[in-house]
Amino acid sequence: MIEPHAADARAAADPTAEPIPADPGSPDPHDHPHPAEHAHPAGRELPAYGTGHELRHAAHHAAVVLSEVTAGYDERAALTDITVAVATGTLLAVFGPNGGGKSTFLKVIAGLLKPWSGHVHVLGAEPGREARRVAYVPQAEQVDWEFPVSVWDVVVMGRYPRLGMFRRPGAADRRAVADALELVGMADHAQTQIGRLSGGQRRRAFLARALAADPDLYLLDEPVTGVDPTTQEDLMRILEAETRRGKTVIATTHDLAAAAEHFEDVLALNRTVIAHGRSDLVLDRDVLSRTYGGHLLVLGGEPLLVDDAHHHDQPPGREQHFHDGTHR
Amino acid sequence: MIDALVAPLQFEFGVRALLAAALVGLVCAVVGSYMVLRGLSFMGDAISHAAFPGVVMAYLFGGSLYLGGAIAAVATALGIGWISRRARLRSDAIIGVLFAGMFGLGVAIYSAIPNYVGDLFGFLFGDVLGIGLGDLIGLAILGGMVILVIWALWKEFLFATFDPLGAGASGLNVNRLDYLFLGLIALTIVVSIQAVGIILVVAMLTTPAATAQLLTARFGRLMAIAIAIGIGSGIAGIYVSFWLNLASGASIVLIQTAIFFLALALGPRRGLLRRHPARAGAEGT
Repeated sequence: MIEPHAADARAAADPTAEPIPADPGSPDPHDHPHPAEHAHPAGRELPAYGTGHELRHAAHHAAVVLSEVTAGYDERAALTDITVAVATGTLLAVFGPNGGGKSTFLKVIAGLLKPWSGHVHVLGAEPGREARRVAYVPQAEQVDWEFPVSVWDVVVMGRYPRLGMFRRPGAADRRAVADALELVGMADHAQTQIGRLSGGQRRRAFLARALAADPDLYLLDEPVTGVDPTTQEDLMRILEAETRRGKTVIATTHDLAAAAEHFEDVLALNRTVIAHGRSDLVLDRDVLSRTYGGHLLVLGGEPLLVDDAHHHDQPPGREQHFHDGTHR
Repeated sequence: MIDALVAPLQFEFGVRALLAAALVGLVCAVVGSYMVLRGLSFMGDAISHAAFPGVVMAYLFGGSLYLGGAIAAVATALGIGWISRRARLRSDAIIGVLFAGMFGLGVAIYSAIPNYVGDLFGFLFGDVLGIGLGDLIGLAILGGMVILVIWALWKEFLFATFDPLGAGASGLNVNRLDYLFLGLIALTIVVSIQAVGIILVVAMLTTPAATAQLLTARFGRLMAIAIAIGIGSGIAGIYVSFWLNLASGASIVLIQTAIFFLALALGPRRGLLRRHPARAGAEGT
């Protein structure tokens, strides 16, 4: 049984859970016993998001709303007909295979990539309009680690957008940087050139930059991929604390163990939305095989875990693969 | 010794040349610091060659060489930026096409000038000892404009250079900054053509910043070192040129190249003779 939608999943599992206003048009799961079989289940189930009053209403309550969004590069679509609402205060993991559109999803929300079609609302406005309330952290591979900047230099960049031309960082900015460094445990490395940091420290430094910006929406591309368990725990604790303050966190990961363990909500993405909802309810074998095209990876009898590429610095032990083509 | 240092100062052209070389060294170092980190060194070379047809046209029609060069260089810089956003080609291929095309255009126009015996050498390799007062003032104004823009936007340029995605997502208009920076490179090149010429200007932009990169891992210090090298080599180059009767542009560039190799050999950061091997990466993952 798959619960494709956060609001229903929460209501079903926890009667005390507050209703999530950002999820209007929630489908009745009984109408769709196997919603993941539909190519675009969410798109069809949320027709009210298309235009007009309902969209504005939804956008008002949700941190992020995508409605029938198709986006890509050149002539290749990376996302097709995506309809998703992310409630304010959500800690959402976006997972799926490489090329499944995870990074594209973040770029569309960040306003870095203009969708070919569909509507996007971010913090109640067009993408990019509320950019100063958004902090984006790129994948580690996209950063030039030889760049001549220290950890402090990187973190203070989080303060640049609010300063504007001419102005130099002041006392308040320096305090924000120091606080962020303290929070991620990098205060002792403030003057270290970023290339000298370990993988985990690099992720900490970039999360500190996002924290220093004090955004309402965090967009993190693979923030915990390939880092040590301690760093993973620390970073997730910080992000959870941010969501309790009403901040929204959207993080991509292809580390499904991390998604299942640390994130309350997950969005399974493979060109289109496969499933969206509470991680303990959504992450079943059917959804995973649809998300990853039947290329599964099982870790010693634990709940089914999936990976499509071994990008980890420290590959998990006890791996066994099986290729399950029968679901296709 | 004192006589040798004072000698060029006794001539008005010597003083002008020293001022011009120092100014060009300064502006090139500031712009070059970003340029090298953006991986645009080849772009600098392309834009300088692209200025050639503009300079030749200006000569042909009796206009300002600076204006002609600036129009051709800025147009090419923006053209490269525009095409690489649209065509599915790597930008180095586009740079190669426009670079050679524009330079070829310059050579073609130049060869069409009837009975022309003008100083092609001056265009290509610079002649700072021949700089006039008007040229020096124009150079100071253009150079000042470039420095002013960088001074106003140094944070924004740094953020957009280091992490274009993060900068764009937080509200900086990265596209506009990219175009603006290409424009600044073009202006800097035009400012430098009189001093070092079209062929050698890329060294003025690249070498001081690349040398500084060997010596420090902090951007602020990198720019300061690049400026010191740029101004110092500019002045020293004029003296060498004066004493040994060598081409001024070549003298400046050769001094910069020598400093680069010195830094490469002795530099603390990645120097071949460094005392402590730099820790490559992990200090506990």
